[in-house]
Amino acid sequence: MRHFFTILGHEIRMLLVNPSTYIAAVLFLAIMGLIFTGLLEAYSQEAQEASPAYDFFRLFWLPVFIMVPLMTMKSVSEERRLGTLETLLTTPVSTTEVVLGKYGAVYFLYLLFWGSTGGLFYILHRFATDARLLDPGTLIGGYLYIAVSGLFYVAIGVFASALARNQAVAAVLALAMLFALIFGVRLALDVQLLQLETFRTVHAVLDYAQVFQHLNDFSRGIIDTRHLFFYFTGTTLTLILTILGVEARQLHH
Amino acid sequence: MPAADPASAALTIEVEHLVKTYGGVAAVNDVSFTVRRGEIVGLLGPNGAGKSTTMRILTGFLPATSGIVRICGIPVASRADEAKRHIGYMPENNPLPEDMRVNEYLYYRGRLKEISRERLHTRLDEVLELCDLKRIRHRIIGKLSKGMRQRVGIAEAILGEPDVIIMDEPTIGLDPHQILIVRDLIGGLRGRMSVIISSHILPEIEATCDRVLIINGGRFVAQGTPAELRRAVLGRTHYELELGGDLAALPAVLAEVHATLALQAATGPDETGFHAVTLTTSCDDELGERLLQALLARSYRVRAINRAHPTLEDVFLAATKRSWDIVDAPAKPKAGRPALKNG
Repeated sequence: MRHFFTILGHEIRMLLVNPSTYIAAVLFLAIMGLIFTGLLEAYSQEAQEASPAYDFFRLFWLPVFIMVPLMTMKSVSEERRLGTLETLLTTPVSTTEVVLGKYGAVYFLYLLFWGSTGGLFYILHRFATDARLLDPGTLIGGYLYIAVSGLFYVAIGVFASALARNQAVAAVLALAMLFALIFGVRLALDVQLLQLETFRTVHAVLDYAQVFQHLNDFSRGIIDTRHLFFYFTGTTLTLILTILGVEARQLHH
Repeated sequence: MPAADPASAALTIEVEHLVKTYGGVAAVNDVSFTVRRGEIVGLLGPNGAGKSTTMRILTGFLPATSGIVRICGIPVASRADEAKRHIGYMPENNPLPEDMRVNEYLYYRGRLKEISRERLHTRLDEVLELCDLKRIRHRIIGKLSKGMRQRVGIAEAILGEPDVIIMDEPTIGLDPHQILIVRDLIGGLRGRMSVIISSHILPEIEATCDRVLIINGGRFVAQGTPAELRRAVLGRTHYELELGGDLAALPAVLAEVHATLALQAATGPDETGFHAVTLTTSCDDELGERLLQALLARSYRVRAINRAHPTLEDVFLAATKRSWDIVDAPAKPKAGRPALKNG
């Protein structure tokens, strides 16, 4: 793992000089700002059941769909297209170090973006007279959920990038996989067929994989190890598949 | 750095019975060769002959189907990480990241090649100087000309002071002036590092390399120094003359000069009565003077005489053409032509 930090540093640097990072950042902050303003307006008109932070984090999927594909699409596919993956892998670095370095860099940036939304809550804290608007439990739980689930979402993006040679294809692939994970599970649960007794296990598994349920628990301050386990194993599995994907592609060069 | 055993210390690359198949088709078929320290070896072959595949296997980027590759005594297949520390590699088309500056890129690569920070700064200066990149060290790679990019690629390959440098078509797409610079650069490595370069540009290989391996259809069809190859593959020397006089009496004169000297081709007399004549011999000695004297003594008029040096191009064409004929022949070395590998 001696090259991990070299690659991580390099990748973060390359992301920071890359225009698409700034496009992602602008889009992200614009969307989050708009959502937040909309929420505050609703709260100023009438009393709501949940705190603004709770509603805010419920919309986490919107920036995930835009940001994750934008930030990860380049990571492996671009190197493969340019052929620099070949020069990279002929130095004494392992595929694991390369994949983890790239993954780590995007995850770092993902956290940085989400961290910047803290500013919105700071503004609310400065100017809101009502202390109930800021529920620290929901806030901490929400950010914790973002950090943990982000591990998985970014891994999916990097995996898509390792499969496709073309950036656009990688982005679409990442989007499709994220959609399947975030909404697909929920939609599948509504299928009547799964209500049958025979499919009870399948139903239970899908129920366990409901990300909105996870978010709900986190926002209420419940840190369920089963949820943590879901994201950690998902991340590990996806990263292993990414490493295998890069190596397999190399064999059939 | 692990110490190589003394017997193979002088050998930096050892390849034994290397085979690589893609879906049943052999890209490299039972190739064996060795490269000594400090030697520059050219891998020559038409497109699709297996040059790039061989090189990729040498670097450990591609696994071989069977066979052994050792770099400085270290088997690439089982100890790839160690072997990679001895290799500087420049792939075909020299891929470089578009949006980095030259010195940033070289610094990053140096770190990946495990050069310590302190050493890297001095080494960077050396390499930039050597490859004449000092003026453009702060330029963005994507905006460099092809020749400059090529020099960046070479700088990257020699950065870690490896024992073995592998360059796949280092001069492709360069103008003659840039080719000269790159050739000098590669020549400057002679004696210190083993260099293996591939090309299908023949004068290129002839000017730079100590030894040439000609590969076709995944097999070596000939190997040796350019001079050896000329002898082995063509086996003959040609003389071109412009001659006035009676050609019918010529064969007798030629037989006097040397037994193997024979008339190969002649054109009819032009308006001044001269014929363009091609003679051929398997004698390696210089026969020009004796030939000239013999012709003048028989009162032939001689306007021009030239000993034609077969270029590597002729050798290459002969070797690759022949390899199609012998590709299915049983492996049997030809007597009297030791430098040749017969299919």
